[in-house]
Amino acid sequence: MSGHLLLAGGGPVIPNFGKPNECLKHNGWFCTYWIHKHWHDILQPALIQHIQLTVIAVGIGFVISFLLAIIGYRFRILDGPIGVLTDFAYTIPSIAFFLLLVPLTGVTVTTVEVALVAFTLFIFYRNIVVGLRSVPPEVLESARGMGMTRGQTFWRVELPLARPAIFAGLRIATVATISIATVAAFLIQDGLGAPIFDAIGTPDLFHTELLTAGGLAVLLALTADFLLAGLQRAVTPWTRTR
Amino acid sequence: MIVAALFTDAFGFIPAHISLLLEKTWQTAELAFTALAIALVLSMPLGLWLGHRHKGLGFALGASTVGRALPVIVVIGVLIAVLGVGFWSNTVALVIIGIPPTLTNAYLAVDGVDRDVVEAARGMGLTERQILSGVELPLGLPLLLAGIRLSAVFVIATATIAGLAGGGGLGDIIANQVTYGLAGTLAAAMFVAALSLLTAALLALIQRVAYRRTAPRA
Repeated sequence: MSGHLLLAGGGPVIPNFGKPNECLKHNGWFCTYWIHKHWHDILQPALIQHIQLTVIAVGIGFVISFLLAIIGYRFRILDGPIGVLTDFAYTIPSIAFFLLLVPLTGVTVTTVEVALVAFTLFIFYRNIVVGLRSVPPEVLESARGMGMTRGQTFWRVELPLARPAIFAGLRIATVATISIATVAAFLIQDGLGAPIFDAIGTPDLFHTELLTAGGLAVLLALTADFLLAGLQRAVTPWTRTR
Repeated sequence: MIVAALFTDAFGFIPAHISLLLEKTWQTAELAFTALAIALVLSMPLGLWLGHRHKGLGFALGASTVGRALPVIVVIGVLIAVLGVGFWSNTVALVIIGIPPTLTNAYLAVDGVDRDVVEAARGMGLTERQILSGVELPLGLPLLLAGIRLSAVFVIATATIAGLAGGGGLGDIIANQVTYGLAGTLAAAMFVAALSLLTAALLALIQRVAYRRTAPRA
């Protein structure tokens, strides 16, 4: 009868209940006893893994998108095709993406990272290109008038002025990646998705584990968004006047 | 090569089980589009109205951030815990996932319409309702459709994951590797991807037509 339940890679059948406790016996939604007991062996490691998964995906995704965006910005004719390709990767549901990569990269963290990176490309690419395009022609004209080379204009004029859009993309990509990385646990026992899938896989659906691990994922996403918003304000002081 | 063999197996699975795959795809599509329709009915009026009044920007943007931060499997898990496995838990989960992108884009679409145009319409004696339906809605249509497209993609992805948890559809095949083998799982993944890509392409096409009709002629 467990055919309909989620098959997370080999978790214990009744995981992590620990010693019987009134709250756990009633499958309560927030049993502090369990959270205390399993913070160090379940929740904290999962949280750290989740941050690693996200940072790697967002970092690599940003670098690739940045290079693609420079190409799409300089050679307008390539903007369309790159846009369509990244959109294509974004549109394939993550679970299908993971599975279709399995024959190539196996049931590994690489598979998960490749899919997560592919997912961020669309968000980053669009935002970086839009940011670069938003630089007014007069500004570029005066940079040229000041004798700046093309490279100087890019690094010292266009890129700084594109920051608001780039940071907007960074916030969206980070929050979305944190959320989608939970699905990775369908494939590998990694990140906050692992305890979430474990909880859903228990016969009675372990409420406390679902809620704490899920809550940590949401909290992580909102904290990341908040911190990046602060960083965004710090590096784009001119946008604060409004 | 093993890689080639796995994909060959998957391609072999498709013609042999085409009726099963199409039936499961139909189930996923039915679930997704029902939920999408409910999500649109719930989110569009609110987003359009708030955008028309230029009120609640924080709410509109916050909705999309929270929507993005909510992991799909947590939403599905909580609803299964509350409502049990079945039609309702899946539909409600999908509706929750589908609402934010449309809500935000409906707001931004109407909010971003040139204020001078709206003033001109008001000066001509149009009622607020007429302004919204006759001026703001057509002009904001491309952005609104972009939001619907985003919702559709999210909802199809969620419908697949809901299928893993007993919601039927292609997720059923993906979850039952024991029965269908890796070939079946891969074939189902291909059908999921195709469903999402086709839906997005169709909506992109509609978006393009709408954009052509509303774009200012240079």
